[in-house]
Amino acid sequence: MKKLVQGIITPLIAIGIAVMIGALGMILTGHDPLQAYSALFKGAFGSKVNFANTLANAVPLILSGLGIAVTFKAGLFNIGAEGQYWMGSMAAVWIGYSVTSLPPVLHVGLAFLVSMIVAGLWAGIIPGLTKALVGAHEVITTMMMSYIAIFLSHYMLEGGPMMAPGYTPQSPVILPTAELGILVERTQLSWGIIVALAAAVIVYWVIYKTTLGFRLRTVGLNPRAAKYAGINVSLHMVLALFISGALAGLAGAVQMLGVQHRLYDSFSSGYGYTAIVVALLANNNPIGVILAAIFFAALATGGQAMQIASGVPAHLTEMISGIIIFLVAAKELGSVFRHKPPLKHNLAENKGGMKV
Amino acid sequence: MIIEELAKPELWAATIAMATPIALPALGGTFSERSGVVNIAMEGIMLIGAFFGVLFSYLSNNPWIGLLGALVMGSLISLLFAWFTVNIGADQVIVGMGINIFAAGLTAFLLNTIFGYGGTPRETPALPNISLPVIKDIPFIGPIIGEQNSVVYMMLILVIVSHYFLFHTNLGLRIRAVGENPQAADTAGINVWRMRYLGVILGGMLSSLGGVYLSLGLLNSFEVNMSSGRGYIALAAMIFGKWTPFGSLGAALLFGFAMALSMVLQGTGISANIIQMLPYALTILALTGLVGRSTAPAADGVPYRPDGK
Repeated sequence: MKKLVQGIITPLIAIGIAVMIGALGMILTGHDPLQAYSALFKGAFGSKVNFANTLANAVPLILSGLGIAVTFKAGLFNIGAEGQYWMGSMAAVWIGYSVTSLPPVLHVGLAFLVSMIVAGLWAGIIPGLTKALVGAHEVITTMMMSYIAIFLSHYMLEGGPMMAPGYTPQSPVILPTAELGILVERTQLSWGIIVALAAAVIVYWVIYKTTLGFRLRTVGLNPRAAKYAGINVSLHMVLALFISGALAGLAGAVQMLGVQHRLYDSFSSGYGYTAIVVALLANNNPIGVILAAIFFAALATGGQAMQIASGVPAHLTEMISGIIIFLVAAKELGSVFRHKPPLKHNLAENKGGMKV
Repeated sequence: MIIEELAKPELWAATIAMATPIALPALGGTFSERSGVVNIAMEGIMLIGAFFGVLFSYLSNNPWIGLLGALVMGSLISLLFAWFTVNIGADQVIVGMGINIFAAGLTAFLLNTIFGYGGTPRETPALPNISLPVIKDIPFIGPIIGEQNSVVYMMLILVIVSHYFLFHTNLGLRIRAVGENPQAADTAGINVWRMRYLGVILGGMLSSLGGVYLSLGLLNSFEVNMSSGRGYIALAAMIFGKWTPFGSLGAALLFGFAMALSMVLQGTGISANIIQMLPYALTILALTGLVGRSTAPAADGVPYRPDGK
């Protein structure tokens, strides 16, 4: 019970402090924080359409945030969800336009499956195996793989095999059988939200109620003890990265089939990075991931409304996200001020340091 | 086709220009990590340097004051990073992420607040190019290093100075000692926290200078997220260069060459995007030991408590 209260109170305090610092910034630059924040809130939740769009923005964040939470639980830090998202997007779109004459449910299912496998292998094979075999640090390898994935997508779209006829670097549109239905008319909210919520429940179940989850958590808490208990530590590190990548890939697939319907040439979706913040704020709890994802999605959708209504640049919301990370990372801040020695574990539960 | 391009000095001049904003933050990361603090915040600190360089240059109408202001702001954000990671002992990768997101937001917010939505003023003075009297007349070499931006020459000097400082001075030895074995260094009377602050702040100033090169060296303006991943490439260059100044420069030149080559090859059959993947793939290979194994300082990433608690 105490743990549950802490799990909710700590993030709320972090959000509260960050929002207040944001307000201070607005006052210093001559804006009215109450007016701006109410515009932000209305923009995010004020109407059925706004709320639906906020939820739609939360979908990829929930899915990739879940993936990052799984790796944190296993003591690993997957910083490359962005690239895994791109791998999933590419695979889903490719299945979406190239596989014909499949019934709708099967077509969507196939696209999901392939994108999860592709993105899972992207995270599992190179970062997973190099971590397990030679101890290459996954923060660096997942980041490097992320950039390789993004350049691969440029290659595919800029005159490459996935480019649609014409001069614009974009893929063909997916077939109607591969589209995810829209839940609320005139918004971007698709059945993807149901996929995301179901994934959260499944990840919760796997992490806390299955042997696999128990083993992953044991590896995360103490790899040496896990090894003595007969757990194959290397295998579970690879598995954690695979699951993580698969979830980020699913995020890309849901976004492609539900919202974009084709792949555009761009440098970043931004979801992969925000997903890290989501997992941190949620303290890696799958249900908390849903709430944290909705919070950051609301900052993104509401931020635009705030800029239009009150003139406060929407980039303020990124500053708020950054401050939240500092506060969550420094969760031992309170104990420093109380002159007690801080606890020695940290969020990524990475005790070995940067053994690259 | 490629051979022809290789014989042109323009390609090599571009290589050095492209390598500079990678080499500087890679050098910065080297100082930070040699002292035992994992630094992925170079990307964000570059943005801070790039923005405040333009701001102070515009306000003072003097690009050198802009450079100085950028170094001060880069040090300040590094102080924040050092306080969270050294004093509080917070996870260094997570705080680094936080700095990157915060800095991207802060610089974009200030850009819009101070200069509106139309970009920074056109009359902002930029840092000058320097042409070296005798060297610029040497055939082939002259066009490559005879005339470059002043920051490029600063970078080359800083690499040499950093190497001397880290490996041939007492202070450099102390920085490396706290990154390898803080307990032993502490026993020998070295203030571990002070050395780590020094490493992080020097790292911040060098990253900031890399940002200044982008905004005041190559251009005279700031754009949102203009570091566009160079801080992360610098991280790769630092690792590929085995946490040494000359290694970082070498890796930065290799990565800069890949970028310059990919621009030259645009419109030919060879995909620029595939060439641009190479630095990242090489870094993974370096980590696995397939091309000369890279090993981090032993205590890199481990917070240190002087009281042993």
